[in-house]
Amino acid sequence: MSREAILAAIKNNQPAYQELPDLSGFSHAGAGDPAAFKKVVESLGGQVFEIASFTEIQPLVAEHYTDLSKVVAIEDAYLPGAATGWQTGDGRQLEQVDLAIIPGQLGVAENGAIWVTEKEMEVRVLPFITQHLALVISKDAILPTMHDAYARIGGPENGFGAFIAGPSKTADIEQSLVLGAHGAKSLTVFIIG
Amino acid sequence: MEHKHQEHAALADTFNANEPRVNWHDETLWWVRQKRDRMAWSLPEWEELREAASRIKHNVLGNLHDYLLEFEKNAVANGAVVHWAADAAEHNKIVLQLLQEQGVKRMVKSKSMLTEECHLNPYLAEHGIEVVDTDLGERIVQLAKEPPSHIVLPCIHKKKEEIGELFHEHLGTPAGNADPKFLTAAARQHLRKEFIQSRVAITGVNFAVAETGEMVVCTNEGNADMGAHLADVHIACMGLEKIIPQRKHLGVFLRLLARSATGQPITTYSSHFRKPKAGQQLHIVLVDNGRSRQLGREDFRNSLKCIRCGACMNTCPVYRRSGGHSYHNAIAGPIGSILAPNLDMKEYADLPFASTLCGSCSNVCPVKIDIHQQLYKWRQVITKEGYTGKTKAAGMHAMNIVLSKPGLYKTAGGVGRWVMRTFPAVVNNGMNPWYKQREMPAPPKDSFADWYKKNRK
Ligand code: SF4
Repeated sequence: MSREAILAAIKNNQPAYQELPDLSGFSHAGAGDPAAFKKVVESLGGQVFEIASFTEIQPLVAEHYTDLSKVVAIEDAYLPGAATGWQTGDGRQLEQVDLAIIPGQLGVAENGAIWVTEKEMEVRVLPFITQHLALVISKDAILPTMHDAYARIGGPENGFGAFIAGPSKTADIEQSLVLGAHGAKSLTVFIIG
Repeated sequence: MEHKHQEHAALADTFNANEPRVNWHDETLWWVRQKRDRMAWSLPEWEELREAASRIKHNVLGNLHDYLLEFEKNAVANGAVVHWAADAAEHNKIVLQLLQEQGVKRMVKSKSMLTEECHLNPYLAEHGIEVVDTDLGERIVQLAKEPPSHIVLPCIHKKKEEIGELFHEHLGTPAGNADPKFLTAAARQHLRKEFIQSRVAITGVNFAVAETGEMVVCTNEGNADMGAHLADVHIACMGLEKIIPQRKHLGVFLRLLARSATGQPITTYSSHFRKPKAGQQLHIVLVDNGRSRQLGREDFRNSLKCIRCGACMNTCPVYRRSGGHSYHNAIAGPIGSILAPNLDMKEYADLPFASTLCGSCSNVCPVKIDIHQQLYKWRQVITKEGYTGKTKAAGMHAMNIVLSKPGLYKTAGGVGRWVMRTFPAVVNNGMNPWYKQREMPAPPKDSFADWYKKNRK
């Protein structure tokens, strides 16, 4: 069987063991800078709003999106009156979703990435299949770098999680940047607190 | 199957026939390289990150056997099925069997250089199964019936007018429309249909974590996620060397990967697949295909540290001016020229010579692979094994004689300078490969040795 042959060849050919490097020098004790975070998200083509309460979300959505017929919100408080019952199915039921509003666990100031797991998104394909995506994170959940993010996330707790940084994009046609390849065409981040 | 062997130099000649295109290709890649530089310079700890990444990968190479077992154990505990493939043929067979079990005739694939390396698409086509590549650049070259010419920018060699033409022919867009925004929107619609209909999705893997049994897939487009989350069966194909020890090490690699690749701070989506979703099957195919052999080659094992960012290609003066297809291998450029001779030394004997050895590749490599030194070492191995072409071997043999005898070197230099001055046509002709793209310089009056003697204080 190939498994045994491969493992034997590797064991035979691998070099001497070398210690792992110490990564502690890359970590930061303090919080991340929300202004820096905002700047990167904008440079990636996203828009950021700092809000004091969830009630500010609805008017901002109304102002910035025209023509939304199906909106999915994970928390009722984000957008009263959003669609319900969308969780049942294999994901294809979300094909017509125009906007999804999902909480993120934390944001990373150095690169604008937001960590979202299946606990928050409920249906795994939701943040990708929706035409537009909005993520909500609290201001004190912004960390300086990826090292700090992994320190906070810790060991595995979910079956799926993703760092999302900006809207879906491609530059495959003569390197011209186009937003909206297969995933969400736009990203809005609401920072609360 | 009839196989016509064509070497890098001949294939580069074809690419070089269109000079404005070569210039455009060169400038585009250099622009990507500059974006990479700006990103690298913006992080004060960049060099420490490279060092850490290189050392983590070194630890992986020295412990690969145990990490693979750890990864397998955790992946199985997460509910995945793990398959082992000794070579490309076995990989393709495993994938085909999984597809036949599902009874599908068509499915979606997100970008994976490993499946290119294994020639999966043509193999499945022979068995009546159509693969739809979903990365936009890969879809474009697929419609053009070409392989990708770059590991990160698969259709970097194509002009937008050619893409417009392809889309007109295959997707029914209006003739003559070459607007990138319009074409991307057309591809989005076309591929959405494929995602929705597909029951099986294949993805590549950027990193596989031994500690957790999870796999990380990085894309900007979101195509891996669209495919994998909608499908009943997710097949993830990965080279053995994609293993990293712990989740926290992702912090190092995710900081380096996109910055080195395209000059972005991170890819739009860095997706961590650990467990299949309810009711879904997750299959992981671990592929060797020469990797365990390369691990045993002390001089070349560092090439297994590669995280496929493409930075070495974007910076390479040869790659930029000869195009990815001239490397006649799934992985082009400097790193491809190290990996390919391990697969077939005779077939790829020309590739380590397709380099100026300027060292730029090694300078940008985020995991600090000694790329240009390995290319230099391959040249020696290949020459010793007798795989170099006859003219190259004769030239090198003559050079070896001349360079190893100082007296002869002096005389030969004098003769050469006299010949060049007196009969310039002897060197300014098509027989001399150096003359092809340039005028030969006027020969200096003195040799360097004479000049040095005269000018030294
Ligand atoms: S060899 Fe280094 S620079 Fe080249 S693709 Fe691999 S990681 Fe990137």
